[in-house]
Amino acid sequence: MKKLYSVFKQGIIYENPLLMLMIGLCSAIAVTTNVSNGIGMGLAMTFVLLFSEIIISLFRKVIPSAVRIPVFIIVIAAFTTMVDLVMKAYFPDLSKSMGVFIPLIVVNCIIMGRVEAFASKQKLAAVIADSLGMGLGYTWVLIGIAAVRELLGNGTFAGLQVMPDSFQPILFFILPPGGFFVFGLFISFNIWLKKRMEVTARARELAARKEAA
Amino acid sequence: MDLVKIFLLALLVNNVVVMRFLALCSYVGMTSDVGQSVGMGFAVTFVTVLATAATWPIYHFVLVPLNLTFLQILIFILVIASLVQLVEFYLKKNVPGLYSAMGIYLPLITTNCAILAITFENISFKYTFIQSISYSVGGSLGYLLAMVLLAGIRDRIRTSPVPKFLEGTPILFIATALIGIAFMGFSGLIK
Repeated sequence: MKKLYSVFKQGIIYENPLLMLMIGLCSAIAVTTNVSNGIGMGLAMTFVLLFSEIIISLFRKVIPSAVRIPVFIIVIAAFTTMVDLVMKAYFPDLSKSMGVFIPLIVVNCIIMGRVEAFASKQKLAAVIADSLGMGLGYTWVLIGIAAVRELLGNGTFAGLQVMPDSFQPILFFILPPGGFFVFGLFISFNIWLKKRMEVTARARELAARKEAA
Repeated sequence: MDLVKIFLLALLVNNVVVMRFLALCSYVGMTSDVGQSVGMGFAVTFVTVLATAATWPIYHFVLVPLNLTFLQILIFILVIASLVQLVEFYLKKNVPGLYSAMGIYLPLITTNCAILAITFENISFKYTFIQSISYSVGGSLGYLLAMVLLAGIRDRIRTSPVPKFLEGTPILFIATALIGIAFMGFSGLIK
């Protein structure tokens, strides 16, 4: 159980797919002009990641390694198509505002990378923990970026007016360059957070060793 | 819409990288060197145009008559992946010079989202075949342009004092934000 938890935790900060591994960036910056888009994209992505990893992990002994990449692509594309059709049917507005980025989940490097590096080698339980961790790591960054951009660029949070009327929205944050800007600051923040956590972990280890001695 | 307009729209106003956020993985990963970024840019241009020429007829002459348009994602990604393979085999056998210059980039291109996005958009914007080709040439040259711009800037960053908290990857995104502001000047170019 403890091992599963540590696998789950990896994706959130230490190996955060967006901020540390720098993969799957396209959709992350593009759809984050408002919080509801961020949540929608995060959930869609987590769904595809979870089910592709489960399927690949279950069939990992049957798939010949020479043709594994095409097999992975087909599995991922099938789940992406599902998400795309469901979104079009039940959330037409959300689907329209995210446009081409829903079908693009299929070439999202996070999914391909995790399937290739993790799911094709591990047991089912570890795979579920990994995909949920990675999915959550992806989603929190999306929501974070979206919150900053929506709040400063539009004065709202998930569509609700938050800032006082006297607040003049800074259009820059909603526009594409603002996305890059906020994302750059997020990476910087995550690097700082990681360093800090490493320092405290080392300090705790030292204290424990001193106590033992 | 005439072809030049579509071309300029894809190249500058809606630049794939700095305005549309596509293909950011290779944009960050492959721009540490100007030569490398040019190689990657041309490889992407080549494959995008080929992929458009292949997927447009498949969509309109196969998927639409058979009512299979819901398979679009699956078919397009398979077509692009096999196309990249074919191009790789062909170049390796017949044009070894070009292969050694471009070969290492080809496998990376399969999961380059700019290509898939351009082929999807040719369909969803209801472009004709010629318009699609113009859109894909413009879009992929826009990718090349952005790659070369960032590679040049990275060369300068290496010898410049960067604020400590932005060292490494964060400064690349801040620089891209500044390129993006410059590109927004093009938005009045086409009415």
